[in-house]
Amino acid sequence: MKNISGGTKGKKGTVSYVLVCLAVGLFAVFCVLPVLLVLAISFTSDASIKQYGYQLIPKEFSLEAYRLIFASNFALMKSYLVSGSVTVLGTLLATAITAMAGYAISNPDVKYRNGVAFYFFIPMVFNAGMVPWYLVCKQLNLVDNYFSLLIPSLVFSPFNMFLCRNFMAEIPRSLGESAKLDGANEFTVAFRIYFPLSKPVIATVALFYGVAYWNDWFNAIMLVNNSDLFPLQYMLYKIQSEIAALQRLSPGVPVKSLPGESLKMATAIVTIGPIVLFYPFLQKYFVKGLIIGGVKG
Amino acid sequence: MKQKTQKQKKSGLLRDIRRNKLSYLLMLPAGIYTLLFGYCTLPYIVIAFQNYNYTKGIFGSEFVGLKNFEFFFRSNRAALVTFNTVYLNFFFIVVGTLASVLLALLLNEIRGKRYLKVTQSMLLFPNFLSWIIVNYIVFAMLSTEYGWINQIIKSLGHTPVSLYSSADAWPLILVVVKTWKSAGINSVIYMATIVGIDESYYEAAKIDGATKLQQIRYITMPLLALTICILTLLAIGKIFYGDFQMIYSLVGDNGILLQRTDVIDTFVYRALRQTGDPSGAMAVGLYQAAVGFVLVFGSNFIAKKYFPGGAIF
Repeated sequence: MKNISGGTKGKKGTVSYVLVCLAVGLFAVFCVLPVLLVLAISFTSDASIKQYGYQLIPKEFSLEAYRLIFASNFALMKSYLVSGSVTVLGTLLATAITAMAGYAISNPDVKYRNGVAFYFFIPMVFNAGMVPWYLVCKQLNLVDNYFSLLIPSLVFSPFNMFLCRNFMAEIPRSLGESAKLDGANEFTVAFRIYFPLSKPVIATVALFYGVAYWNDWFNAIMLVNNSDLFPLQYMLYKIQSEIAALQRLSPGVPVKSLPGESLKMATAIVTIGPIVLFYPFLQKYFVKGLIIGGVKG
Repeated sequence: MKQKTQKQKKSGLLRDIRRNKLSYLLMLPAGIYTLLFGYCTLPYIVIAFQNYNYTKGIFGSEFVGLKNFEFFFRSNRAALVTFNTVYLNFFFIVVGTLASVLLALLLNEIRGKRYLKVTQSMLLFPNFLSWIIVNYIVFAMLSTEYGWINQIIKSLGHTPVSLYSSADAWPLILVVVKTWKSAGINSVIYMATIVGIDESYYEAAKIDGATKLQQIRYITMPLLALTICILTLLAIGKIFYGDFQMIYSLVGDNGILLQRTDVIDTFVYRALRQTGDPSGAMAVGLYQAAVGFVLVFGSNFIAKKYFPGGAIF
């Protein structure tokens, strides 16, 4: 994040400046510490968890949970595959749909572009919620199949489309017009000039979609019953909610057949993995997107 | 040129489509999606007045008038879920805004570039985690048996607290978790506003001998107030919509906690998917949409009136 303003900046080294740094540092630690706790638990042996509970520094280090995940956990691998493929396919599809529509309504040659924008806008403010959405999905046969995870609620967001439009509308029109004078058709103008110039906003939108797909479990909980189609997030939800349900039914009784504590947390860590991997890009483009979208987000 | 403008005047949508085939083709997928998942959902609102049956469909199901609404509003759940939704959102807005403004002010004071970068990366991280993962994190912190906080309580010689069976603790827990997850990312918008403030204001103030706190109090805050007001107003517009993903993943079907955590959205979900009463769920959903609609338009109207440029539409 750029920081040009030197406005109210204090002198380095003064007491109040140290306090400011300390406060920010504490808040930052507060943000990651709980995640580190989960990481620590995933590296702790189950026996030591039973004895000492969850500890920030493992009393007895163990890689058993990860060995289990990578060696024998077919269900988890399947979920990983589902989540991964849905994320890749969905992001490609959603980004294409969004960027294309964004270009179309930013094109001043299109006389009815504002009317079209309004058409996209109405359902943003008036939507009747979960129930009709669910019934439409049922009607379209988007139940219990791969497309249930891909299409409903995720594949197009008007907010992202308006983000694209606002960016593309800033690209000078003269670029397209001079290309047309040189004999380029509309297709060339769109795909060879406007889309390449819109790379920053397209990357931002793609990352928005990518995170939304990877983190989604709503579509799964609403539309999917077949365990072969469970994405990772929903798998995690199932593990936790089933343990919770069992504990409520018979409190105090240890549940043997369910995955161990460290395995549970290791599964969560493995699910965060890709987010950490892409984090530098995510952070950069999310901040950019937020600032472009500004208050109107 | 003149001829062209005359032609355009006469031309309708069809001619526009013929002239811009590619553009209309490019918006087609998004248009179809919006038609299906936006406009085609609207007719289903009618099932709020029916006793909807999945096999008979929207045309074959029997009309029951306002019975579904009556059932909901006569039950004690109506007041409860409405109260919880507004109550929780109110604290989310107040605490969330305070935290992110404070964070933005503090971050803006930091001069070490590397320190700023590292801390900001940490602050933004929770935003990228799904609520399911957050549930695991909260569980690791709070669980009665092994939870980290309870380990500390035990090591200090006290008896552990079982938070997963005490409903009254949950509004506070939810507010803390919500702030933890979103204060960092929300502070970005406030920081962008602060960075945009004209440097000369501060220089003039310094010449007049204003202290740091005075500069924040009399320059930064008034200029930030506009952004704060607009964002708060828009959040108030959405106060009738609960955060389903958050509440449902953190609380789930834990009946003990529902008294303090059940919001309209989780109530609708259970009516639809667990009780299997789509008409009842739709009635509650329609109640939410109607009140929500008025609030969104009301807050937007006020935003437009008092803060030019601050409205979403």
